[in-house]
Amino acid sequence: MNWTWFHKLGSPKWFYEISGRWLPWLSISAALLILVGAVMGLAFAPPDYQQGNSFRIIYIHVPAAFLAQSTYISLAIAGIVGLVWKMKIADVAVQQAAPIGAWMTVIALLTGAVWGKPTWGAWWVWDARLTAMLILLFLYFGIIALGHAITNRDSAAKACAILAIVGVVNIPIIKYSVDWWNTLHQPATFTITEKPAMPMEMWLPLLIMTIGFYCFFAAVLLMRMRIEVLRRESRTRWAQAEVARQIGRSA
Amino acid sequence: MSFDSFSEFLAMGNHGVYVWSSYGISFVILLLNVALPILARQRYLKNEARRLRREAQQ
Repeated sequence: MNWTWFHKLGSPKWFYEISGRWLPWLSISAALLILVGAVMGLAFAPPDYQQGNSFRIIYIHVPAAFLAQSTYISLAIAGIVGLVWKMKIADVAVQQAAPIGAWMTVIALLTGAVWGKPTWGAWWVWDARLTAMLILLFLYFGIIALGHAITNRDSAAKACAILAIVGVVNIPIIKYSVDWWNTLHQPATFTITEKPAMPMEMWLPLLIMTIGFYCFFAAVLLMRMRIEVLRRESRTRWAQAEVARQIGRSA
Repeated sequence: MSFDSFSEFLAMGNHGVYVWSSYGISFVILLLNVALPILARQRYLKNEARRLRREAQQ
């Protein structure tokens, strides 16, 4: 297998160039997919036979919850890459992905609360799934706070990487909470191995929204990482040239 | 279309408040996530431009 791309990824300059080429495509895909998914989910999907129209909240709740968990797993992976290969870009990824993951957890929790009211009769219950998601939010807060609290960049990177790796234990707890404990929360909507239990008009918008949310995450992450890379590389010639070019364009 | 009229679409069968507020909150948060890095980028470039001008004067 050819590993050149992996070594190139360690180069901030290469990352900056390649991400600049990907960013427009990711942004356009994210905007289109989320727009189409929302219109399909809100207007075209049939109402649920039990929950009526409140089930339409699923089209943002589930993609946001998926993304909140995937983001955390990617933090842990970036953490391992940073600790093992001492790749500096990995720490940039951890620091910049954590706030996006936290916001996605907030979306999942808020929409879950708003969905819970008409469905369960309560905004919040101390249920295993909900509590585990709240812990996920606190883990994100922990990583963000740790990244800001330690002045030495290398120590901060190490501490955040370790917290990200240790906290990953919460992810299977979130996933299996609906099977392990008695819960109000409904079981998984999507499984890779089985045929969806919903009709096509119901799950297609969910699939589109989920892909859209992933594109959104990728686009926002690249936007955030590009600024941070410019900032951290501000002593290098290429970053100074790039900043000068950007200033010239905006002036 | 799963609704017969626009007012039915807005009402969402008595669940309108819940559906529209969760979509509203979520889209505001998504837009915020886009706006924050754009503003941070502008702020950084502005600061750098000021620093370069100052250094050029010295």
